[in-house]
Order: sequence, then C-alpha cells, then structure tokens
Amino acid sequence: MIIFQTFVVLVMIVAAVAAARFGDLLNAVIACALVSLMASIIFYFLQAPDVAMAEASIGAGLTTAIFIFAINRTVRYERNEKTD
Amino acid sequence: MRRLISLSLLLIVALGISLCFSGAYFGAEGANRAGKLAQDRVNFGQRYNSRGLEENGAGNIVASVVVNYRGFDTLGEVTVLFIAAVGLAVVLSTRREKPARVRAEPASLVVFTGCRFLFPLILLLGSYIFIHGHLTPGGGFQGGAVVASGFLLVYLGCRGKGLRSAGFTVTESLSGLAFVVLALVGLAVGGSLLLNFLPKGSALTLFSGGVIPIIYVAIGLKVGSELGSIIANLSGEAP
Amino acid sequence: MSLLSPSIHYVGCFSLVLIGLYVVLVKPNLIKVIIGINLMDTGVNLFLVTVGYIQGGTAPIFSEAARQPEGMVDPVPQALVLTAIVIGVSVLALALALTIRVYGHYGTLDLRKIKGLRW
Repeated sequence: MIIFQTFVVLVMIVAAVAAARFGDLLNAVIACALVSLMASIIFYFLQAPDVAMAEASIGAGLTTAIFIFAINRTVRYERNEKTD
Repeated sequence: MRRLISLSLLLIVALGISLCFSGAYFGAEGANRAGKLAQDRVNFGQRYNSRGLEENGAGNIVASVVVNYRGFDTLGEVTVLFIAAVGLAVVLSTRREKPARVRAEPASLVVFTGCRFLFPLILLLGSYIFIHGHLTPGGGFQGGAVVASGFLLVYLGCRGKGLRSAGFTVTESLSGLAFVVLALVGLAVGGSLLLNFLPKGSALTLFSGGVIPIIYVAIGLKVGSELGSIIANLSGEAP
Repeated sequence: MSLLSPSIHYVGCFSLVLIGLYVVLVKPNLIKVIIGINLMDTGVNLFLVTVGYIQGGTAPIFSEAARQPEGMVDPVPQALVLTAIVIGVSVLALALALTIRVYGHYGTLDLRKIKGLRW
C-alpha cells in the first residue's frame, strides 16, 4: 500500500511540474485536473472520504470546466514564453 | 534549462522541508515523541469523536463539526461563496464590448437526448449525497458540486437551452435564508447560535441528527445553485 | 515501513506549494498565475489533512460496524478543508472573471505588457 501511495504522490508531483511547464494552457489545465484527482486519492488514503469526494467533484470537475470557459473567452497559448 | 534547474532545486527544498517536518517519525525516541504529539494534537478532535454521536446524533462526525460545532465558520464560508458569485456576475455583466460570439452548432439528437436523460439522474445523485450527509461520506458541499456538474452537462450537451439564472437566484436566496433562520431559532430557543434544538432521533438512521440534515440540505441547494450560476455566467449564457 | 507513510505525503504537499509558488513568481501569463494559485491551494489542503492524520486511524464516521470512537482521525482539519475547497473554487472563478475583463480591456494576458499591473 505504501508503494501505491508513493506512486500516486510521484504522479501528482510530475503532473504539477507538467502544469507549470506546458505552454498550451489547455494542457496545463488538464494536468491541473490530474493533480486534483491524485490529491483526492491521497485524501482517501488519509481517511478523509468527505474531502476526497469534494476534491474529486470540485477540483477535478468544476475547476477544469471553469478554466476551460475562461480560456475559451481569452487566449489558448501562453505566448512570448521563449523570449525572456 | 535554467528553469528546469530551478524547478528541481525547488523539489529538493520540498524534500528537505518535509524531512524536517516528519523527522519525529524516525527512530524509537522519535516514535515515542510522535505518539505524544499525536495525542496532544488530536485532543480536540478526540473530544468531538467521542462525544459527537451522543451530542448530535449524526454518524458522520465531519458533518457534525461542519454544521454544528463550527457552524459559524460555515456560515461565513457560505457568505464568501455568495459574495464571490455576486462579484463574478457584476464583473461579467457589462453590456458593452461584448464580442460577437460564434453561434455553436446544436448538438446531435443522441447527445441531446442522452443529456436530457442523464440530467435528472445527476440531480438525484446530488440530492442523495446531501440528504444522507449526516450518515455517509458526503454532504452539502459535495452534493452541491454534483448538482452544479449536472447544470454543466446541460450547458455542454443541450445547446440552445439556456440556463435561466432567475431560478438560481431564488433557490440560493431561500436556502441561505433557511440556514440563517435555523441558526437564529437555535439562538432564540437555547441561547446559542446553531443550537441543535430538534430531537436527535435514533442514531444512524435517516431521521436523526436533529437540525443537521436540514441545514445540510440548505447548504447543498445553496452551493449547487451558486456554482450553477457561476457556470452560467462564465459560459456567457446568462442574460 | 508504515512510519514512512506520512512523510511521503509531506513531500507531496510541500512540492505542490513550492511548484505553485514558482509558477506565481515566474510566469508572466495571468491564467498561468491562477493555475499556480490553484496548485498551492491543493497543496495547503493536503498539508492540513496530513497533519490531522494519525497512524492506522479510521475515518471519523460511525456506522453499524464501527461504533468505537478510538482510533478515528481528527475531524476538524477535514471539516475546515471541506469548506476551503469550495471557497477556493469560488475565488478562482472570480479571479478568472477579472482575467476575462482584463483581456477585454488590454487585449493581452501578458503581465509585462499590462500597464498598472506591473510592479
């Protein structure tokens, strides 16, 4: 079980780094949803099923939708990424 | 390349901080210290755990903490949510400089019918979650989020059926009013805000917990309608 | 072996907070900054729940099978985190609405090009 939890934490960290580094904001938002999903699995293992349900439905579901609506009304790509 | 180096440096710093933080868990003396720390740390929670069932009659201690013991915090939280939703509506509701939006193509018959079939089921699941919030994991916040995701499905699948925001406003006003009125009735009856004044019932059945399920249903409706109105405003469907 | 269990969770939450801080400080794009704030939010919630965990504890929910309060984890951080998640998403939506307005006004989301947001 500890091996599985370590794996989940590592996936979460990798997804967070991906969310930090993706230039395409849509990909970054999807990575953010993956972070929330892994966090909800960790909440379940920390014996907090209430928080796990809230994180899975709000963090991985609604937050992604809200970000995508905002990206839809602004720009998709993080431009001028390479010039600085 | 420099950014990659700085990111990995940050990860190493995180590892160091967490090792410092959990250092109490290593070694025999450390384990002893961790045990004492745990005893001190969960003192308050231990009290809620041991007395919560007889004091409030709700099987889910988290629900009893959210609604009753720390109910004032929840009232403030609902206020923050209300202010955020109102602020979002105000910020996005200016008439001018509205871009000419490309009209989306209506969804196909299969998607339309599927969404109309799934929407009541999602509402049913959400209301199950917040009605049973005092017995099982879940509660007003989670059930409200599920209800709001049902509205999201309607927006995505049934283009052209715009979400009416008047219903959201009425629902969230009434449920917020119900929350405040129940809190004040507790103040009038027993002298403290959010007092659990209803009979507790037999524990671990649906009709137990006194005022907790009622307030949780109110919170669920309020959170669901507010998140739904946030979705409607951000997606540009609301009038 | 079970003693390692909380420390791996601490690694996860501190990494999330620091990565979010990095994004907030370095990236010039407004939506990317909000993504960083979201990551920090998740990290702090994870930290609070990890602090309330005790070794080998059970969830603080009574049922017909489990009616003993001994060994249940701390319910207070869970309750606070439950409200903090909902506050997080509402504040995030407000920030994104302001971002949409900024984009409508300036035509860009680059913080270096927006006069008045530069520090």
